[in-house]
Order: sequence, then structure tokens, then C-alpha cells
Amino acid sequence: MNKLKLIIKREFLAKVKNKSFIVMTILSPLLMVGFIMLMLFLNEKNSEEIRTIAVVDESEILTSVFEDTEATKYINLTSLGLDEAKVKTEELYYGLVYIPKNDSLKNLSEGISFYSVDAPSINVISSIEHKLERKIRDLKIEQLQVDIAQIKAAETKVSIASENFTGEKSSKVGSILRMIAGGGFGYLIFMFIIIYGTSVMRSVIEEKNSRIIEVIISSVKPFQLMMGKILGNAFAGILQFVIWAISAGLLMYLVSLIFGVEATTSSTAMGQMNPEMMQQVQDSASNNDLQIAFLEMKNLPILTIFFSFIVYFLGGYLIYSSIYAAIGAAVDSETDTQQFMLPVMLPLVIAIYVGFSVIENPHGPIAVAFSLFPLTSPIVMLMRIPFGVPWWQILTSMFLLIITFIGIVWFAAKIYRIGILMYGKKPSYKELYKWLKY
Amino acid sequence: MKNVLTVESVSKTYGKYTALNNVSISVPKGSVFGLLGPNGAGKTSLIRIINQITLPDSGRILLNGENLQPHHVLDIGYLPEERGLYKRMKVGDQALYLAQLKGMSYADAKKKLKYWFEKFEITEWWHKKIEELSKGMAQKVQFIVTVMHAPKLLIFDEPFSGFDPINANLIKDEILKLRDEGATIIFSTHRMESVEELCDYIALIDKSNKILDGKLNDIKQEFKTNQFEVGLACENKEVLLQDINAQFLTQNSPTLSFNEDVRLLVNLKEEESSKDLIQFLNNKAQITHFTEIIPSANDIFLKAVANNE
Repeated sequence: MNKLKLIIKREFLAKVKNKSFIVMTILSPLLMVGFIMLMLFLNEKNSEEIRTIAVVDESEILTSVFEDTEATKYINLTSLGLDEAKVKTEELYYGLVYIPKNDSLKNLSEGISFYSVDAPSINVISSIEHKLERKIRDLKIEQLQVDIAQIKAAETKVSIASENFTGEKSSKVGSILRMIAGGGFGYLIFMFIIIYGTSVMRSVIEEKNSRIIEVIISSVKPFQLMMGKILGNAFAGILQFVIWAISAGLLMYLVSLIFGVEATTSSTAMGQMNPEMMQQVQDSASNNDLQIAFLEMKNLPILTIFFSFIVYFLGGYLIYSSIYAAIGAAVDSETDTQQFMLPVMLPLVIAIYVGFSVIENPHGPIAVAFSLFPLTSPIVMLMRIPFGVPWWQILTSMFLLIITFIGIVWFAAKIYRIGILMYGKKPSYKELYKWLKY
Repeated sequence: MKNVLTVESVSKTYGKYTALNNVSISVPKGSVFGLLGPNGAGKTSLIRIINQITLPDSGRILLNGENLQPHHVLDIGYLPEERGLYKRMKVGDQALYLAQLKGMSYADAKKKLKYWFEKFEITEWWHKKIEELSKGMAQKVQFIVTVMHAPKLLIFDEPFSGFDPINANLIKDEILKLRDEGATIIFSTHRMESVEELCDYIALIDKSNKILDGKLNDIKQEFKTNQFEVGLACENKEVLLQDINAQFLTQNSPTLSFNEDVRLLVNLKEEESSKDLIQFLNNKAQITHFTEIIPSANDIFLKAVANNE
């Protein structure tokens, strides 16, 4: 037990002191945050640019619509006439809105044009369209002698809240949330297995190549060495993920402090809407959906997700990293690992693909089968759990996972024990089978 | 004499290949025991079994009279032929780690290592990485790592490979010093001159079988060829040679010294003694040289392996 601790400590330190580990650990969150900052910055730069739009309103009743906002200024060039205004706009302004003379309100919306040097941004056009539509509508309502206040009072917004029979509410937002929760955890396991499994394999090959292996196993059992290596690497990996999570969180917080206010206003991408409209849009969509999302978040089986994440994470990582260790022991150099890598990568990649279909149909036969199959269950089951999985399936899947884990570790330890002392042979599967019987 | 290590009828097969077939050896306490044999004879298999790296299919191993148990790895120091250290780990950290794996406490290991590093004058390497050292330097560290926990039984597999003559001598002296301090040494090598120099006992393994073992001197007696080298000074060489050849079986010796006329290798028959030969020669000529040819470890090795064909 004491020796295992020593080995874990050495493997952990060897990994953590490695330059590439340190660089990756520090650089990754910086890169991520840097990328997000760049996006925000570009977004901001874009919307900081003040556009000046000329207006030629020959109808003379819509001019009041064009009120200056932070990002857009309007200049009334009606007095110049269309042709002259066009020339001036081409030289000086972003674009020109032309509203032709029209006697009846009915035809007012026809023949309105936008002239510009470059193709105008969709945002600009639709914002102008909105403004005009509302104004014309209000004018029409007035003409019909209907009270605008009454119309407003009659406006209704319907949003269907769906709910399953045990009382859990669900919604589109909720589904997306489940997808993110399940997919995120599944993907995390996938990444962890690949990164740290390979790292275990490399470390075994390194010990073999430097020929220290025989010195070590004259002091400890090969199984202890293998387990120490797997666990030491796992701790290094967990440390890295924790550092990433914390530093990314901190950096994001800092970024939001610096860019906070502007970021929220500009990121809504509705900068050009008038406050009334913004209010309405938020009322109708965001507020309700946000509330539902928060509710959904509370309704997610967080405890189940957390608990099963730990089980599947440990099970999946231990299964795959012992296979990786066995492969490392069987070969002399990393180039020889190719023939063994495919069968290892295959179930992992399949699991991720099945994961995508799980999102569409979380309880279909494929999803159920792959969430029970132990080589794919750590990823697929985790993706399913947020959608609610019957307990018997979770328990069966975990049971299979643990049985497989024991079998694979036994199998890998045998290959490992023989392989670490074999040099110069390029092992075939037949050879490996023979080793099992030694 | 008490045996530190007893190997009793140990067999080991890998699939269809037999690595060891019913091998028994006894290693007396305080001896330097040479484990000899051609490449692929099964020496490394036996050494790995003694180190509990692999298990025998049958037979048993006793260390100080006890059946081999996991805790016995602490009583053994093993320098494998395929050896190395973590390339990117610092010399000191590495030695401390390996010492602790051999059951030493951190403080104890540090003290012992300081002693050995000072002895080998390599203290300034403590913070260097192995990849920064030369092969010979790394071998020194490796030797220290093998012996630092003062094990009762030391197993060296080709300990001198990678050392220049000066350092090989240093290591040889250290091995003998360890023996004098009470350790027992098993020594596997192909360099027969070092067997001659160091070993009290030997065992010869060939094709998975032990074909020879015992005290080196006894084995030499056993392999005695009853051959004598004689140098003679005389007046008539032709007559002398005729006389000798009539009586004994001879062949020319490859060497001849200045004041000799004849130098011969004489093979005596079972019933003849060296006394007879001296008497005979003394009457014919002046004897300038007379030695019994004692087989070297190299000769014994070649002969025993050839006989086993």
C-alpha cells in the first residue's frame, strides 16, 4: 500500500512537472478567455461604428420615426430632393431611406427604398422596416379610430409549457440544457480518457525504453506499478481540469467586470431597437424562457448526474487506461501502437456518434443498447441521464461496467506483466493471447 | 556452511519453450557465486524468479531457510543486465524513490545516499538529470541504487558492462568489500577473467539445465587434464624428443623461452604421476620449466558446454 502511494506520487509529480503539462494547464484557459475576449472586442468595434443614414421622406408623415440612437444617426435630406440626396449620400453617408410621396395610408408601405454604396446590413434594414411598420400600423389604427391603448390591452402572447406525468416541466430550452449537461459530461470523459490514457501508455513505453522497468519490478509488483501509474496520471488530469475550471471561471468573471456593461448591451444585437420594443421582446421571449431554464436547471437530476458522472468517469477511465497500459507494455515504441489503437478508439468514437442520436431520441433502442454496453456506456449513459433514465438501466449498466472493469484490468495486468520484459518483438494479437496463458 | 539461497528443482516454461528444467543451486553465505552460461541458457529466467519478478512453475526457493515471500525483495539488491533509470528525473530524487521502494525511510535513504555519493565523488550530480550524464556516470548511480539498502543478497548481471577499466576496478573492489561486510553475491557474466578473479563458487547453466556447480577450485580439479608444460635444455634435441615421445603423449607448446631448447605439453595417463615425469626428464636433460596446466574458467565453460551438446 505504501509502495503504491510512492508510485502514485512519482507518476503524479513526473506528469505535473512536465513542461508541456504546465504550458497546457496555464495556456488553455488563457487561450479560451482570449478567444472570447476577441469575439466580444470585435463585436464591440462593429457596433461602436456610428452610421449616418440619410432620410428623404416625401410623404412627410414618417419622418418622426427616425430618432437618433447610439449607433445610428439620421439626417433629413427631404429638402434636397431624391437625386441630390443620392449624390450626397454616396459621398458621405451609410445609406439613404427613400419614402415616396403617397396620399393614402393604404399604399404608404409601397415603394420605400434603401440606397447604399455597399449591400446594407440585414440588421439595419430590418430595424428600419420595424420602425416603419409600427408607425404605419399606428397611423392606420388612428385612421380607423380605434383606441391604441385598447389594442395593446388585447395583445396576447401564448407560450405552451409542457410537462411530463410525474410533474417535471419540460421545454425546448430545457432540452437544450439537458443536451449541454449530458453532452458536456460525456465529452469530458471522452477527452479525459484519450488524453490521459495516451499519457499512461507513453509513460509505460518510456519505462520500457529507458530499461528501468526491471529495476522497479524487482521492488514492486507489476500490478502495483501499473495501478500507480494509472492513478497518478488520473490525479494529474483531475488537477488540470480543476485548474482549468477555476481559472476559466475567474478569468470570465474578470472579463465580465471589464467588458460587462457594454457586452450585455451589444451582445443582444438589438442595439437599434427602441426601448419599447426591447422591452416587449424581452417580455415575450427571454424572460419567460430564462425563468423556465432556471426551473429546468433546478429540475435536472443533478445528484444523479453527479453521482453517475463519478462512477462512469472512474469506470471508463480505469478500463481504457489499463488497456492503454497493456498496449504500452506490449510494444517497443509509440509507432508500433497503431495496430492496437484502432480497436480502442472505435468504441469511443462510436459512443460520441451515438451520443448525437441520443439527443434526438434519448430512449430509443440504440441509445439504450449503447448505454448498457460497458465500453460505450460511460459516454452514452451520461448523455442520456439528464433526460431521465429508469433506475434498472442505470444499475444494469453500472454493474456491467464494474464487471468489465475487473475483467479488463485482470487481462491488461497479465499482458503488462509479460510485455514489460519483452524487447525486440513486434507483438501480434496471437502473441498477446499466448502471454495470457503464461 | 550456511546457505543464503537455495534453489530446489525449479522449472519454468513459457508456452512450449522450457526456460529452466529442474534447476537446483545452493549459494553459501559470504561467497561470490558465479552464475554462468551461454546466451539464452536460462540465467536471466532464474534470476527473475529469485527476484520474484516471475514465479516458477514448480520447485521452491529458500532465502535464509525461509520460503521466498514478498517481503524478501527488501533483502535482495538486483542490478539487471537490461538496466536504466528515468531519463528526465533528477539523480537524487530518483535514488531516493528507488530506495523508498526498497523499504527505506526517506531520512535513512538520504543519509545512505549521501554516504555513497561522497564515496563515489558524485555529490554534485544530485540535481542533474540522468539524460545529462554519460553512460558510465549513470552506471555508477545504478550501482549505488542497487546496493544502498545494504541487502543480504546482491545479484549482479554483467555489472562491468559500460564501465571503463578504472571504474570497473572501482566497482570490483566495492563488490568485494560488500562481500567482506557480510553480503552474499551472485554474479552473472560472460567475462571469464572476472569469474576467475572474483568467484568462489560457480554454477553453469546450459539449455535450461544446470550442468555443473560447486567450488571453483574443486571444479578445476575435476577438469584437470593431467597436462604438464615442461621446458628443457639439452645438447641433442632430436634424441631427447625421440626418447620422450616414446614414453609419453606430447604436443608442442606454443611458447618457448630464451634458454630452452625444447618446450612441450605432456599429457599423462591416469596411472602416471607428475613424479614419474620429473624423474624421467631429470635423467635426460636440464628442467628449466615445469607447471601443471590448470584449466581456466573459460576452458571449463567451453568444455562443459561442448560436452552438453
